[in-house]
Amino acid sequence: MALLEVDNIHAYYGKIHALKGVSLTVEKGEVVSLIGGNGAGKTTTLRCISGLIKPTDGSVTFDDDVVADYAAHELVPMGIAMVPEGRGIFSKLTVQENMEMGAFYRNDKEGIKQDMEHGYHIFPRLAERRTQIAGTMSGGEQQMLAMARALMSKPRLLLLDEPSMGLAPVLVELIFDTIRDINQQGVTVLLVEQNAHMALQIANRGYVLQTGEIILSDNAASLRKDPMVQKAYLGID
Amino acid sequence: MAASAKPARTGFLSKDYFERMTWVDWVLNALRVLILALVIIGATNTLLSGKYTLAQWVSLIMSGLAQGSIYALIALGYTLVYGILLMINFAHGEVYMAGAFTAYFIADWTAKSGLLASAPVIAVLIWVIVAALVSMGVAVLLERVAYRPLRGAPRLVPLITAIGASFFLQYTFRGLYGTGFKSYPAVPIIQGSVAIGGFNILIAQLVVFFSALVLMLALYWLIERTKMGKAMRAVSEDKEVSRLMGIDIDRVIVFTFLLGGALAGAAGVINGLYRPQGVNFFMGFFPGIKAFTAAVLGGIGSVPGAMLGGIFLGIIESVGPSLILDGLGINSANQLKDVIAFTMLVFVLIFRPQGILGERLKEKKA
Repeated sequence: MALLEVDNIHAYYGKIHALKGVSLTVEKGEVVSLIGGNGAGKTTTLRCISGLIKPTDGSVTFDDDVVADYAAHELVPMGIAMVPEGRGIFSKLTVQENMEMGAFYRNDKEGIKQDMEHGYHIFPRLAERRTQIAGTMSGGEQQMLAMARALMSKPRLLLLDEPSMGLAPVLVELIFDTIRDINQQGVTVLLVEQNAHMALQIANRGYVLQTGEIILSDNAASLRKDPMVQKAYLGID
Repeated sequence: MAASAKPARTGFLSKDYFERMTWVDWVLNALRVLILALVIIGATNTLLSGKYTLAQWVSLIMSGLAQGSIYALIALGYTLVYGILLMINFAHGEVYMAGAFTAYFIADWTAKSGLLASAPVIAVLIWVIVAALVSMGVAVLLERVAYRPLRGAPRLVPLITAIGASFFLQYTFRGLYGTGFKSYPAVPIIQGSVAIGGFNILIAQLVVFFSALVLMLALYWLIERTKMGKAMRAVSEDKEVSRLMGIDIDRVIVFTFLLGGALAGAAGVINGLYRPQGVNFFMGFFPGIKAFTAAVLGGIGSVPGAMLGGIFLGIIESVGPSLILDGLGINSANQLKDVIAFTMLVFVLIFRPQGILGERLKEKKA
């Protein structure tokens, strides 16, 4: 059975039917990209998976557990971590304190310390800024912090919501390289992106979401060649 | 876009400041000048008349400091809860009353059993513990019963509920403990005064100030250094992301109410050491309102702000009547300390709504 199974979920924002029966699976060890335009329902899908909202119909199953049975904070120790859209760092806390919050459920001081050093190893720029107030850092550094912080919970499934948003091309490159590294260290990744070009480069498989429905799914290489995807999401005519 | 509709304030020095002033600005500025003039005239008159000796000023400041520390401890309860829930817990005065009122009976018992005479420190510690526990219980009960079901409701709703809960608590304790005024027993070791630098200072005032200081330092350490304190700061900044970090929001909120309750209960006993009389079911109302004023003064939501605001209010309230009102020829100025306190509240709300240390509310929070 797949690590994550999303089965025909529906969700509403007020009266707007945001998800109209979305189904997808993520196998252990994969990088899966979910691409789509503004308002397609990408973020809503991630919010259903991380337990922030409950789907009105359908189910999300993570490692044989039904996600809707748990509160969002209970899913973190089970192995789901999410980097929200807009990074969601605690801007008044220091870099170090942000990292500590990522490990909130853990009590193994030594392990936390090790993982924190590992996080600083992945993003050396954060190491220089341990005691800095997080809100004073640049957008790219905040994105690094958000990812390093998510890794502090030792996730098995990492949900990334638009990690490239608002970043300079060099940083986008760096972030995506890191996502690949993180995946190679055994973390399964579900990536939501508007930047379909980058997202399909590092993914094994991809789904295309449009107005709350999955309209296409295939392995990443085939999606990149798909005429519809090329026209709508890759800017190739 | 918003900038064109509401021009940014650029201060006196900008060229077109006077052209841009509306009549509201004129009135507010006139008010500023008037207040400043009154304060200066009053203070000069008093100081020139030499009506009060230096020793009297010192004693006024000390009593303000002691009263202010008590305000600060209660104000912390308002500010902590506001920081996390963006809600004014108007029943916090009753949280204070519940602890202080209940601990009175323990205090009375320790006095009658002789424990207070033989081991005063232990006896007072028992009062503090009992008061803190009762206040914590009431605070958590409030959160669970009155506020949690209304989380996410429009902001006016929990406010009204808080006022209702406040009445409910007052009359519950009236029913439990009766309507009479009680007095805490006098603690022998803190009677009298000591001479410091040539001034006689009441020992009770020093005890109040230093015990409040210890509690505040402990709170500051807790918020800055412990995991739960960091989680409190995280939750106050972003609840949703906190949940994604695995933080149980409800637990953090309950913890916040516990902290506020403990400080209020302790403040109740500390107040009882300083001014033993006046223990009654209504005793929480005025300290509650004053502490709320102090919290707003310092900047609601800011922990150092509440501490500073409390002490500032205490001193202004104590020194202000003699210093300013007396000099303006107002009789029996000492009875007007509440006027000073609430006038300050109004002026803070007009001229600096974010308080001394508070930050301007962002759209998201407001």
